[in-house]
Amino acid sequence: MGYRYEMRFSGSGGQGMILAGIIIAEAASIYDGKMASQSQSYGPESRGGASRSEVIISDEEIDYPKATSIDAMLAMTQEACNKYNKDIKKDGVLLIDSTEVKNIPKGDYKVYSFPISTVARDELGKIIVANIISLGMIVELTKIVSHDAIEKAVLSRVPPAFLELNKKALQIGFERARDLKPLS
Amino acid sequence: MADKKKKFMQGNEACSEGALYAGCMFYAGYPITPSTEVAEMLSVRLPKIGGVFMQMEDEIASVCAIIGASLGGAKSLTATSGPGFSLMQEGLGFACIAEIPCVIVNVMRSGPSTGFPTGPSQSDVMQAKWGTHGDHPSVVLTPATVQEIFYETVRAFNLAETYRTPVIVLYDEIIGHMREAIALPEPGEIEVIERKKPTCKPEEYKPYAQSNGSIAPLAAYGEGYKFHVTGLYHAEDGFPTNNTKLIGEANERIVNKINKNADKICANEEFYTDDAEIGVVAYGVSSKSAKFAVKEMRKKGVKAGLLRPKTIWPFPDKAVNKLAKQVKAILVPEMNLGQVYYEVERASKGQCEVKGIFKVDTEAIHPNQIIEEIKKFT
Repeated sequence: MGYRYEMRFSGSGGQGMILAGIIIAEAASIYDGKMASQSQSYGPESRGGASRSEVIISDEEIDYPKATSIDAMLAMTQEACNKYNKDIKKDGVLLIDSTEVKNIPKGDYKVYSFPISTVARDELGKIIVANIISLGMIVELTKIVSHDAIEKAVLSRVPPAFLELNKKALQIGFERARDLKPLS
Repeated sequence: MADKKKKFMQGNEACSEGALYAGCMFYAGYPITPSTEVAEMLSVRLPKIGGVFMQMEDEIASVCAIIGASLGGAKSLTATSGPGFSLMQEGLGFACIAEIPCVIVNVMRSGPSTGFPTGPSQSDVMQAKWGTHGDHPSVVLTPATVQEIFYETVRAFNLAETYRTPVIVLYDEIIGHMREAIALPEPGEIEVIERKKPTCKPEEYKPYAQSNGSIAPLAAYGEGYKFHVTGLYHAEDGFPTNNTKLIGEANERIVNKINKNADKICANEEFYTDDAEIGVVAYGVSSKSAKFAVKEMRKKGVKAGLLRPKTIWPFPDKAVNKLAKQVKAILVPEMNLGQVYYEVERASKGQCEVKGIFKVDTEAIHPNQIIEEIKKFT
């Protein structure tokens, strides 16, 4: 019996949500040998505005590339969180960046809260890697792709000068998500 | 382990890869969302293989440039979206009447006019057929997956060369920007058709000579063959003619060379249509929603089936008619306010109910919307 695992990465334009989707889909399809498709929805701005990227992972051909009932979602901004949380399924996972998301939506899914952007800025000195920390956290929380696959996928997408930084970001994501408990 | 042959890429990248596989050596275009990645990739790749990439001042110049390049012997391509495709219509007609092979990619976005640039749509289906004036041949391919964009781009070049006519590859923003893993075939693995060149002496060459519907070989400028090319109706030698008999014959010939070969040009995917009692006819992204819906319905024992045209023009009349004979109803989901719907209705000839599911808010048609409509016929 085939499965269909749906993910949504949402935030504002420029936060790397589309790239996060690409990386995890690539990890699943190229490095973990599953089927994956990634699609996106964005505005004409290169910065700002709501941006989202959706990833479907399966063991069979993926027909519909958009999310219908979400297993795991990331929300990096309040706007994205409010706009896109509706489709999360029962017992699904919602990871929010508590730096930005203050009003936590109510639903019958698990909400994990972590100051992703703050940690990116304060501990790694670059807010730009917040999306990579998120990837580490989502992978740790859902186990949808292997650590090895996500690491290879991240490193194949970043310029050589930033390899170490992104590696660290991913590790921080893994570590901090390990003991993270859902909000009750 | 990473499979070396598998590559994770975007629909638009797959289009560029398909063009290169088919032997495209010339691209001219003006960047426009959501087609720009086709140009972006070819701007890097073409110069490396001795090809030409030109960014033009607009889409009128772009289509003219690919026509010129094709007359120079190069397989040529441009890619655009609705607003640019509108500007290309005059050149498209010129390529039709002058019988110049070329490939135009239109990645559809919300319209009319500049509409919503990043929003997907399927509203240029009729424009792809009737956008340029006059009775003219139309070959329009509608791939629905990243892998298929690759194959259909290769097929577009093959059809362009076979029939000496422009071919349009038409897909929406979602398919164009979607990423999937695809396998790129090795050279020789799939057929690439090369242009037929004249073998006669240059002074005997007639670029529009024909007998029994044959298509004359096209010489390349610069190889010693001197000939005239015009958008006016012309005789076999390419020079304008006022002869009404020749005009009528020429017009019928350029249309019939496609329509009479429709069986060879049409290609469909049939999904659970054998025993279907409720049919869905869908193309591009809407066919993905439809496939999802059909699978769900089959799980519940409902006999739904999908007919997915990969060639939308010439229209798959035979396949639609056959489906109409056996089903209670055909649903036509599309991201426009009703275009292919009317063609399905025409081809069904009243044998079943035909119902459209239309959406223009730039969000894909949700499979549940199709499921709800299917349920009404169970």
